[in-house]
Amino acid sequence: MWLQKSSLFALYAVLELARAPDRQLATAEIAETYGISAHHLAKVMRTLVRAGLIQSVRGVGGGYRFAGNAARTTLFDVIQLFESLEPEVDPSLARAVGETPIGAALHAVNVEINQLALATLRSITLKSLLKYAPGRGVEATAARH
Amino acid sequence: MATRNAERPRIRRAKASDLEAVVALDEIGTGLAKPDYWQDMFARYVRRRRTGRHFLVAESAGRVIGFVVGEVRAWEFGSPPCGWVFAVNVSPAWRERGVGGRLFDEIGLRFRKDGVEVVRTMISRADTLNLAFFRAQGLTAGPYIELERRLPPSPDNA
Repeated sequence: MWLQKSSLFALYAVLELARAPDRQLATAEIAETYGISAHHLAKVMRTLVRAGLIQSVRGVGGGYRFAGNAARTTLFDVIQLFESLEPEVDPSLARAVGETPIGAALHAVNVEINQLALATLRSITLKSLLKYAPGRGVEATAARH
Repeated sequence: MATRNAERPRIRRAKASDLEAVVALDEIGTGLAKPDYWQDMFARYVRRRRTGRHFLVAESAGRVIGFVVGEVRAWEFGSPPCGWVFAVNVSPAWRERGVGGRLFDEIGLRFRKDGVEVVRTMISRADTLNLAFFRAQGLTAGPYIELERRLPPSPDNA
């Protein structure tokens, strides 16, 4: 699975603001850092404000500041503001999934992948991700393949 | 109840007299009382200790308020020697105060002295609390996947 752009942009913005909670940043600054559309990001920021994760700062300079709890907010908490990650059966596939062994077996695989993804996203807080982001100088256990 | 002035927990090796406290902590954390299981664990990890086996407790003011258990395992599932953490538990009154992290760091140090470079654990997908704890210690998904299936009924029981 991969995330929709809005979810990714939201994560970039929230994490960028959370890593320096006393700092305020404008939408354009975040967009430039990540090479993303400022127009699209602006819409995302409005949703994040409504969710209470960030707050807009009025006055000279303006911008946004982190307003949430980085230790209690998970990646899932941010993503679910923009998309549903729960496995859903497309109504047009209901017969394949509900009435054929192959359809049901493939749906079970899809559910399994989704459950792993949800468990992962629900377990990573903003604080954890920031702590072990590359270049932070904190050693993390990396998966070796 | 833990207070700000409570004695800073110290981490030490478990001893036989810690059994009752560990059983109680585990029951709080899991909802299941498993005295036989922990008796067996104490027999193997505390009384008959050998290199690579570690059972550590966190103690404050003479009370056990947390523990971690782990062992170096080698070549199971084709994996070179690595340290496995089987259980970690901190009293609810002491959570979010760094006790779990200190227990994990200490067992990690001991695994390093045992000569291994990787620490692993396995957690239920539904156990968001412990998943988040281990993620906070820097663990990420490893190269192995746990698979399982239900066994068919034994013909003897049919």
